Amino acid sequence: MRWNIDPQSLAETILQGDRLALARACTEVENDSAAGEQVISTLFQKSGKAHLVGITGSPGTGKSSIVNQVAREYRLRHPDSRVAIIAVDPTSPFSGGAVLGDRVRMRDLVGDEQVFIRSMATRGALGGLSRQTTALALLFDCAGYELVIIETVGAGQSEVDIVRLAHTTIVVEAPGLGDDIQAIKAGIMEIADILVVNKADHPGVEATERALRSMLEMAQGRIRINTGHHGGELGMTGKSIQTSPAVAWMPSVLRTVAIENKGTREVVDEIARHRVWMEINGRWSAKEHLRLRSDLVNRLKDQLFDHWLGKFTESQLEGMVEQVMARKKSPYQAASELLSKV
Amino acid sequence: MGEGKIRVLVAKPGLDGHDRGAKVIARALRDAGMEVIYTGLRQTPEMIAEAALQEDVDAVGLSILSGAHMALVPRVLELLRKQGQGKVSLFLGGIIPEEDIPVLKEMGVTAIYGPGTSTQVVAETIRQAVEQQSA
Repeated sequence: MRWNIDPQSLAETILQGDRLALARACTEVENDSAAGEQVISTLFQKSGKAHLVGITGSPGTGKSSIVNQVAREYRLRHPDSRVAIIAVDPTSPFSGGAVLGDRVRMRDLVGDEQVFIRSMATRGALGGLSRQTTALALLFDCAGYELVIIETVGAGQSEVDIVRLAHTTIVVEAPGLGDDIQAIKAGIMEIADILVVNKADHPGVEATERALRSMLEMAQGRIRINTGHHGGELGMTGKSIQTSPAVAWMPSVLRTVAIENKGTREVVDEIARHRVWMEINGRWSAKEHLRLRSDLVNRLKDQLFDHWLGKFTESQLEGMVEQVMARKKSPYQAASELLSKV
Repeated sequence: MGEGKIRVLVAKPGLDGHDRGAKVIARALRDAGMEVIYTGLRQTPEMIAEAALQEDVDAVGLSILSGAHMALVPRVLELLRKQGQGKVSLFLGGIIPEEDIPVLKEMGVTAIYGPGTSTQVVAETIRQAVEQQSA
């Protein structure tokens, strides 16, 4: 590791509230280093208290500005609380570098030592987060941050990893993004616990709002009865708590003008309301289960992959590629044959 | 196990509103494979130091065109040292008079780039400085 600090003492310093220690632990976790793993394993028992709130939406809808106001308002209401913000921006596929610019919109939080903002690049991951975002959120949870806000990259249809991480997912929309809103919302609509129409002082806000509401009405009944609606591919449905439609969560559509701090108080209200609803209906632990399971599965995937890939020499692999190139074997046959050899 | 990336904070302290230089540098460092945390205009030394801490950066690049460098730079350096980030390299770009350069370097600025500096040179010196830190 970069700073030659022993992970055990790094973990202890974090618990004493040392922010530089926390920042360095963030780096280790983000780099997926052995030291980062140790810090998290040491502190893991402390975790499980933080409310993880995800915020996603198309580029330029005002996610960072909303995060800025939500965090500020939350801190006003809870003067003893600590708030962490993880802001994810994309890594360049060509250079591997990134410009992380979300802090530009979070100026109101400067000077508040109870707020910790950390920018993160996707480093090649495609689901709107980085591979280590879950681990970083966990680190803040371990360190005693009550609210952890995770801002995804500007998302289109399929960047929905955030639902596996967050307890509460906010989807931000803005007027004038076009009438193709229906098409776009097919994926992202399903993940919203709270819908925000930002830039509500712009023309077209009624149309956007109407489109979102009609979408919600259509979705109601289909996804609301089955509370496992995010868990299909992880086989969560069997484990999840069946909620009757009477207590189902109906996402509200809220208008905001984040840069003027209009409507953001209602967003904070709604986040709190969603938390209470989750706790009453057993969804808090269901979400927790989903997150921990998907994190475990991902970790297993990575480690199994590395483990098995290490079984082949480069020349074995390349030899097989040559055979596929020459159309002597299909990719399927090549893969089975390689696997059968180990 | 992943590998670390060089993380650089690019900030524009002081009151002038010309951030094109800072943006060009941010972009060039990105193209050199670094992760650039861009904080935008009108940053106070306190804001810069705070961001450098939270982001655990390896280097800080300041763009100053206002002539206030002799006031801003020592303050940023002092804050970085005070919070335990004395090893973080500080780079300076913009309009810096010849006679101030040795004084600033004496204070602890790693390098100063005037108008016309090639962006490759900037990226390369930052990379070298960061590699020396961890060595």
